[in-house]
Amino acid sequence: MEKFSIKKFLDSGSLFIWLCGGALGLSLLMIGGLLVLILINGMGYFWPKDLLQLTLNDGSAVLGEWVATETIPNSESSAKPKGHERIQLKVGNRDLYGLDFRWVDRADIVNEQYPWDVVVFERREWGKFFGRIKQIEEGEMSLASGNEEGMSILFPLLERTNGIQERIDAIEKEEIGELNHRLEQTRLQLRSLEMSGQPGSGERAAIEAQVQALEARYEVQNIALIALYDELKRFRMTVVDVAGEAQTFPVGTLMNAWLPNSLGIGEKLLMYVQNFWEVLSEEPREANTEGGIFPAIFGTVMMVVIMSIAVVPFGVLAALYLKEYATQGVVTQMIRIAVNNLAGVPSIVFGVFGLGFFIYAVGGTLDQLFFAEALPNPTFGTGGILWASLTLALMTVPVVIVATEEGLSAVPREYREGSLALGATKLESLWRVVLPCAMPGILTGLILAVSRATGEVAPLMLTGVVKLAPSLPVDGFFPFLHLDRKFMHLGFHIFDVGFQSPNVEAAKPMVYVTTFILVLVVLMLNMAAIALRTRMRKRYAGSSV
Amino acid sequence: MQITANSATSGTSAIPKERMRRSMLVVEKMTNTSERRNQEHMESTSRPLADAHPKIVIQDMNFFYGKVQALTKVNMPIPANQVTAFIGPSGCGKSTLLRCLNRLNDLVDGTRIEGKILLEGNDIYDPGVDVTDLRTRVGMVFQKVNPFPKSIWQNVAYGPQLRNVKKRATLDDLVEKSLQGAGLWEEVKDRLHGSALGLSGGQQQRLCIARALAVNPDVLLMDEPCSALDPISTGRIEELLYTLKEQLTVVIVTHNMQQAARVSDLTGFFLLGELIEYDDTKTIFTNPSDRRTEDYITGRFG
Repeated sequence: MEKFSIKKFLDSGSLFIWLCGGALGLSLLMIGGLLVLILINGMGYFWPKDLLQLTLNDGSAVLGEWVATETIPNSESSAKPKGHERIQLKVGNRDLYGLDFRWVDRADIVNEQYPWDVVVFERREWGKFFGRIKQIEEGEMSLASGNEEGMSILFPLLERTNGIQERIDAIEKEEIGELNHRLEQTRLQLRSLEMSGQPGSGERAAIEAQVQALEARYEVQNIALIALYDELKRFRMTVVDVAGEAQTFPVGTLMNAWLPNSLGIGEKLLMYVQNFWEVLSEEPREANTEGGIFPAIFGTVMMVVIMSIAVVPFGVLAALYLKEYATQGVVTQMIRIAVNNLAGVPSIVFGVFGLGFFIYAVGGTLDQLFFAEALPNPTFGTGGILWASLTLALMTVPVVIVATEEGLSAVPREYREGSLALGATKLESLWRVVLPCAMPGILTGLILAVSRATGEVAPLMLTGVVKLAPSLPVDGFFPFLHLDRKFMHLGFHIFDVGFQSPNVEAAKPMVYVTTFILVLVVLMLNMAAIALRTRMRKRYAGSSV
Repeated sequence: MQITANSATSGTSAIPKERMRRSMLVVEKMTNTSERRNQEHMESTSRPLADAHPKIVIQDMNFFYGKVQALTKVNMPIPANQVTAFIGPSGCGKSTLLRCLNRLNDLVDGTRIEGKILLEGNDIYDPGVDVTDLRTRVGMVFQKVNPFPKSIWQNVAYGPQLRNVKKRATLDDLVEKSLQGAGLWEEVKDRLHGSALGLSGGQQQRLCIARALAVNPDVLLMDEPCSALDPISTGRIEELLYTLKEQLTVVIVTHNMQQAARVSDLTGFFLLGELIEYDDTKTIFTNPSDRRTEDYITGRFG
């Protein structure tokens, strides 16, 4: 057998290969670990958890969802020796306890059980309530008392109140929303009439009549609304927590209720899917810690789309000039260096620039020229989805320029010469042969730009992202696309829910869910671009023979 | 008639008999590999320079890449409806000269040209000349096979479409005719809309020829068109040249002396940027007047 020698081992290059493999493995491990962490924490959020009831040695009982078990740090005593554990429960009932979570020492626990009849009440405010029904009443009349009887009549009631709630939402959003929109329009019409300096009384009277008509309609809707709200309050329910403390609220504040400990696996799966869909499609509730994140998903995707529409033509044209038309020399080299450095400028700097240039300079001027009647309320002179998208476009344009330049360099000289030799001008060659061939490279640039823009938060905070946007940038009112509106964004949502929320601990799962969905959105946007690139490659590379 | 470029050493000295005989043998060996038709052809078209009217006349041409002179005082008439071959070792300027004929060297930064190139009497380097127009009159086929990554049909229709031919029927007609002209129609007529890159190398080169023919040029420049092809594909393209020259003037650069001997009517030998000797192909290969030409074609160069 040959003798092992270090020199031989080093010379063989195995060490280097091991190093390379190790570096790759470590990177993959870290990325994979991050994704798994997000996936476990994010996906776990949708699963309906069992309710654990603990009886303590002082006779009291605690009911809640198990969150974590940990070893108590630095608190050894004779009663609690080292290595002693405690359990964290999410006890809910925020209106009763003030806190969502409670730590229980394992040593204090006498009994653990999962009572089959405890109910989770999901409410529109104050979070979840864990307990049992004591009584349901209509006015002074008792409809049901006790948990079992209460649950049997609760669901028909819930269906009814949820129906009323839907009608309230519809009136508030659509009808009153439309009335508000038209009232605002008439206000602006009046204002511009005043500003034009010729308040033609006929026109003015017409507008004022319109206002009166709108206000009358508003009153009608308002009366309907009040009636609906009263209807919501008709049925009241009293619930008790595990210690017997009672809380009364209208059934109308309840969204849903279920018996977690007696749900079968199939029912839990169904709830899982429903919860997932709710997060994707609903609007947020309770300072974003509950409900869905649909406006944030919508805002993120729309912002990226507007950014792409802005950045691709801009970057490609710049790269074309730099690569194809400009005389190559010191100046172009300097510009290239500058473009590369621009890609490394911290994003908050772009945010400040966007605020100063787009919002104050461009937006302010636009307001004065076209939206003077709305002043001093700014229209474009304040943060909005257009300015945020353009700021990000500016931030990602170096990536597109560099990728396009590389794509152009990769087009064989023979194609250009072949085209020119057929009597094409330079522009025709570029347009018909070179650019199509460079398209995969351009799309690679777009993929990188999209990835960077989707996850960016800092510049958005200065240029138009908000914690809660009252309406989406797209709706049914002319001109349907409202580029001046503020919007919600998944990245900002993570920051807001995770670090600005009044109830950070309870919002933690929401942070993971939002992170998970943000990663998913980036992935899907990239997949779309990659699919497009693959199609282009196939088209321009021809079938391999 | 014999044309030699500005060469002080243009040979008038008698060539030793033995060397003469050797070069004859070489040519015999070369021509043996080609078809008999070639030989007949060479014999039948004796002295083409004397009786043909020149399509292109190159007058006192100097060419510079920056400060480096690539071509020195080149004078040569290129007759119409003949195949003219440029031969010579690598870097002798033959490709540069070819690319001057359709002004493709304009694209290279820092190039400069002196002298004149007359196409049917008009200087192509005149400032008033429309270069794109010139390039449709003087087509080109490249050494590196370069069909565009588009369909076969789109490749051939590319030139006419640039000339604003939009009617589908006209284009279809042109595509068919051009492909027939390049001898490719039968092979590709069923897959005109398939990718051009799916063709074999030889087919791709004939597609490039078809593409050049589609704009109906007067002159076809070929820059080592067969250097990347196998002998069968090469043979097909050489055969094509016989038919092509009935309609247009062909100038071909080749490294392959057998090819020059087989396909060309006239041959110019270049060395270090100078045209050493230019004459009927038969004369060049059997009775070269310059010793360097003889050394080159007998393979004793360098």
